[in-house]
Amino acid sequence: MVAVPAASGYGFQGLHATVSWALCAFLSALEPMLGSRRLTESSTPSPSDAGAPPDESALVARLRGGEEEAFALLVRAHGGRLLATARRFFGCEDDARDAVQDAFLSAHQALAAFQGQARLSTWLHRILVNCCLMKLRSRRRRPEESLEGLLPVFDETGHEARPSRPWEPLEDEMARRQACALVRSLIGQLPESYRTVLLLRDIEELDTAQAAELLGISENAVKIRLHRARQALRALLDPHRKGLPS
Amino acid sequence: MTRWITCRELIDFLWRYLEGEVSEEERLEFEYHLARCPTCVAYMNSYKETVSLGRAAFEDLEAPAPPEVPEDLVAAILTARRSLPG
Ligand SMILES: [Zn+2]
Repeated sequence: MVAVPAASGYGFQGLHATVSWALCAFLSALEPMLGSRRLTESSTPSPSDAGAPPDESALVARLRGGEEEAFALLVRAHGGRLLATARRFFGCEDDARDAVQDAFLSAHQALAAFQGQARLSTWLHRILVNCCLMKLRSRRRRPEESLEGLLPVFDETGHEARPSRPWEPLEDEMARRQACALVRSLIGQLPESYRTVLLLRDIEELDTAQAAELLGISENAVKIRLHRARQALRALLDPHRKGLPS
Repeated sequence: MTRWITCRELIDFLWRYLEGEVSEEERLEFEYHLARCPTCVAYMNSYKETVSLGRAAFEDLEAPAPPEVPEDLVAAILTARRSLPG
């Protein structure tokens, strides 16, 4: 079993020093889990992900040697992508930036544990997702968030109170891109606990057991929360996509 | 005789059907209902499209060029690193 580092009780100023060793063990156990397909098998890889870049081991050696210039290079090369990922987890830009900073500092301390089997980009991505989750978990418990108005409503006979209508097909690539942009903005409107499950399962492509372990909830709770999150996102999209009444 | 499930049952447990986490009998109930209820077919199709759009929405962002990292964030990270051991 993977030991999830307990986030509660840690101040984030002390995070890197306090949990870095637990994080090292956690990350190596996490090896097959996070950020797999998009970062390693993308059909349109960025230069840093294409093939095994010949200079990556040299960079890793420089990083292990404590070279600040190498570390700056790492931050510039990967920071933008990590920030884009962190923004999905947090509505607040400061939180996203904090998570990126936590991730780089944790990576700095965990470099000894970096095996070189994963690419740096994949490894950093895993650390970042973990930092985002720890940050989310460390917040004080909030009352159960409501999806009111975003779940289907049924009448006493079990029919939808407002029957669903088919969506207009997306006619071309342009329409599809616009729909994707819309989805990105609408996911931000989901309550945090639902958005997180959706990101882990549908975007990060963790399986149910992995998501359950990282979130500290049961597999069944993951499945139900994911279903509701998708239903809520569907409801947010619905007014934009609904066809005319027939 | 296949039992008639309600739209509510179908929609509440749609994820189990789509994930294949249903018994053979339940699968037949879902399909019997879907063959006769255009409303639930519309719901299921839009649900499936939501999932695939969600996935596509973030693939878009990954390639080809990674977004820039703000210089002040780089500076903050470098400063914080200097205060760490090793
Ligand atoms: Zn129905």
